[in-house]
Amino acid sequence: MHGRPRKAPKPEDLAAFSAKAEKLRILQSQFLSNHHQKIYTREAVELSAKLLEINPECYTAWNYRKLAVQHSLFESNLDPDAVNSIFNDELLVIENALRQNFKSYGAWYHRKWVLNKGHSSIENELRLLDKLQNVDPRNFHAWNYRRFVAALLNRSDEDELNHTQDLIDKNISNYSAWHNRSVLLSSLMKKKVQAFSRKDEVLIREYELVRDAVFTDEDDQSGWFYHLWLLDQTVKSESPLLTSSWPAHGSDITLSGDRYLDLGSSPFNTYHFDSGSLPLILYFNQAVEGVNVSTVTVSSGFNVNMDVIWKPILLNNSKTSHVWVGQLKLPKVELDSLGAYTLEVTLGHSQGIISSGGFHYSHPSHFSFTVHVQPAKKEPVDGFGSEKISWRDENFHIYEPDSLESDLALPLDHLSIKNERELSDSSWQAKIIDEEISNFRELLDCKIGKLTLARLLTARDALVSSDKSIHSEEVLRLYSELMKLDPPHSQFYKDEHSLILFEKVISGRESLLSYCFRYRNLTSSSSSNPICLRLNGLSLSRLGSFEKLLWVQMLDLSHNELRSIEGLEAMQLLSHLNLSKNKLGSFTSLESLRHLKSIKVLDISYNEIGAHSVDTTRYLCSSPLSHSIGSEWDGSEIVTDGVSLVSYWEAFFILKGLKLTQLDITGNAIADEKFTAFLAEVLPALKWLDGVQLN
Amino acid sequence: MGELVVDKHVKYILSVEKRKDSFESVVLEHLRMNGVYWGLTTLDLLGKLDALDSNEVIQWIMKCQHESGGFAGNIGHDPHLLYTLSAVQVLALFDKLNVLDADRVANYISGLQNVDGSFSGDEWGEVDTRFSYLAICCLSILHRLDKMNVEKAVNYIVSCKNVDGGFGCTPGGESHAGQIFCCVGALAITGSLHHVDKDLLGWWLCERQVKSGGLNGRPEKLPDVCYSWWVLSSLIMIDRVHWINKDKLVKFILNCQDTENGGISDRPEDAVDVFHTYFGVAGLSLLEYPGLKAIDPAHALPVDVVNRIFFQK
Repeated sequence: MHGRPRKAPKPEDLAAFSAKAEKLRILQSQFLSNHHQKIYTREAVELSAKLLEINPECYTAWNYRKLAVQHSLFESNLDPDAVNSIFNDELLVIENALRQNFKSYGAWYHRKWVLNKGHSSIENELRLLDKLQNVDPRNFHAWNYRRFVAALLNRSDEDELNHTQDLIDKNISNYSAWHNRSVLLSSLMKKKVQAFSRKDEVLIREYELVRDAVFTDEDDQSGWFYHLWLLDQTVKSESPLLTSSWPAHGSDITLSGDRYLDLGSSPFNTYHFDSGSLPLILYFNQAVEGVNVSTVTVSSGFNVNMDVIWKPILLNNSKTSHVWVGQLKLPKVELDSLGAYTLEVTLGHSQGIISSGGFHYSHPSHFSFTVHVQPAKKEPVDGFGSEKISWRDENFHIYEPDSLESDLALPLDHLSIKNERELSDSSWQAKIIDEEISNFRELLDCKIGKLTLARLLTARDALVSSDKSIHSEEVLRLYSELMKLDPPHSQFYKDEHSLILFEKVISGRESLLSYCFRYRNLTSSSSSNPICLRLNGLSLSRLGSFEKLLWVQMLDLSHNELRSIEGLEAMQLLSHLNLSKNKLGSFTSLESLRHLKSIKVLDISYNEIGAHSVDTTRYLCSSPLSHSIGSEWDGSEIVTDGVSLVSYWEAFFILKGLKLTQLDITGNAIADEKFTAFLAEVLPALKWLDGVQLN
Repeated sequence: MGELVVDKHVKYILSVEKRKDSFESVVLEHLRMNGVYWGLTTLDLLGKLDALDSNEVIQWIMKCQHESGGFAGNIGHDPHLLYTLSAVQVLALFDKLNVLDADRVANYISGLQNVDGSFSGDEWGEVDTRFSYLAICCLSILHRLDKMNVEKAVNYIVSCKNVDGGFGCTPGGESHAGQIFCCVGALAITGSLHHVDKDLLGWWLCERQVKSGGLNGRPEKLPDVCYSWWVLSSLIMIDRVHWINKDKLVKFILNCQDTENGGISDRPEDAVDVFHTYFGVAGLSLLEYPGLKAIDPAHALPVDVVNRIFFQK
């Protein structure tokens, strides 16, 4: 019961209620009896009308009336007058029912059903709707019905757009009218109807309209979401683009490992080569499908056919991905002899790469890099990766490039692939956004003003294809102010803040280098000193900008406030990951790990795994629950002594395919003795668990 | 504000069954199946499902089944997806899905899928994304999702996505928190949450929290306890529930209790009903209120029931 006050009824009302109830009950049972016996006499049909007038939600009675209509049509011999009167009766019953309950699904559908039969005047319907929408301009049944009627009448989208304009002029806070406007405008722009073919002109008009709404009453949400949509329309590029790759354009990759000599080259570009193939990683600005040998060409100085098998990093049942990985098999002959080989990758020269929105990759792109090989004839030694890793501070030393290395490390500045087309398009976009920025600087005493400005500035920075974010300081300040201004949503602003901070930290050579450390364990015999990106203790609650971090193999994110590592699956080279002391609440929040096949060392100690009854990533993770794993899983696969899968299915599905050698899990509610026994079962390659060597 | 008056709510739910002669219960007679689902799921969340005779309930449920395999809202009414899911959910609560001919029910449901992937609620053809959810959730519980064309069903739901990130009843329909739950829930169960813009929808949903702490279902509307379920479960499924203030929402729900006679209402001081009692208690469960069983945000059943269905083969 909505909006009815809670009070004990008076005795005299009680009697009236019970009489009313009795009357309704008799009606309902008579009606059901007629329905079951298929009685469609005038009296029986009128009884159903009476019932629906009191209780329009009685869906079976609407079904009955449809049967009755079919019956009388059959009896009428399709005499036009008789047919008309049959349907007019229905329209009347519906109007009475709607008067009783304007939100009755059954009544509205019955009306559609009648209209679809094609015997009733449609013109009346718009008049009726105008009357009803005057009383309740937000009723979504009426709006749905309006779209239905407009289609029957073949009303143009322009006419309906004007109708939304009228309603907005009448009441600027009619969210339903704004919504319908967005639907109509999307359709008009897509169809490129005359007055809507220039996107920039349409957007400028709409910005002006919605600005009125936002500035009239800044607490009224009607214009908020519309403005954000316009901004999205302004900056969004339709066709997908390659944003970055590994190896990066112009980079020199040195193979390392048991069989290769250390050339003393930059550790940023050293790849531990032990599987016989070199990964190629493509990162697109939109999820795409269709990356394969015919859409991406890899050619090399080896002068051999480079057949690369491309695989997407698929989350859940998606068919498209931002990230595609190709395995490049290097010919054995080349690997055994000293040399440098340049590889060229081109894509976009033929159609086939398509975004999830259905747009083709249409700007040919190209990048190249060089692979250096210096084979060594030596026996395998116990190198990096086979001994215990300690994440203690004293094992990390700030990275100081010597002159040679600083040259070789340069690809850091060329991580993103520039696209000329994008730059030339962006001039009108920049103009619109600059205009909006100056408008919203006038509205800084309220939350929507600050939030919109922060979004506009972020969008403006993204238009400039450089690693420098000019406005990031100001945006960070705005989000900090919003956290104080609007405490119930502070975590939303905190996450936005975190994304901007993260990007700021890893963008630009100076900044990034100050977070790069050499790992050097003094007690170790290994001579390898890999680079670790240490982004610990920054109070990050969210990560982003993964396209700039494809090169990272060792990452420390400990002592932050992460609840999820969504997006980390792009970092395909990761072999060492520290997530200790965050707010990870479940194994399902580690879904990305399932796609990081190189991970060997993982620290998830001191999180909140097992501490919550609600799992916020339960359905974002691949499992039988989301029907994204399951057909191949028969349930009998695991289940060790006394451990049922019901309790640990999350850990099972996340960890099963990993080849972890070292895992730290202590300090989580789930990590009791039973669970660690289960881990040893699921992770047969594990050598170290919580610092203790396993047998 | 006090605490959750568990015993009073249990008493209230059990008493609703007995008050069959009030006007409200006669008006709602046609959807008794939903009422039974709301009432019994609440009892289970409160740990009191054994307070009633399961055999009696199951017998009544089976009397509502039609030849077609679908269930009606009450004995003598017509079958509809709305009541078919409730019937299957209640049987799942009691771990009695085996009384069903699952294929028959599944055939009824898959027979309601249209060529564009959408679902009709019954043979009369009303189309709504609510029905897509009902069909998907029900077939999922019955391990019969392969009986429908999932890809087409997902594409239809995606065609109802709006520029504010939410979803409507049919293409072009306005976003509404109840509808969003249905669409996000259906996408969750089919492993298709990648179709949701989680940040955009998350912002729209978290802005449903109003000053009193309660949640509304659309912009510029009043808060209502039922949105504690629709909005919260959606926020949880897309991992954005930390964007609202949980303590304030807990207080709002507790303030809507009738602490004297049990039951929860839409807003403080309004009349209580089973529908809002369920959504209030389920909301508190999603907010990790102590002493309540956890509820699954997509299948709308207690987590232990859902895990039993999927992991205990």
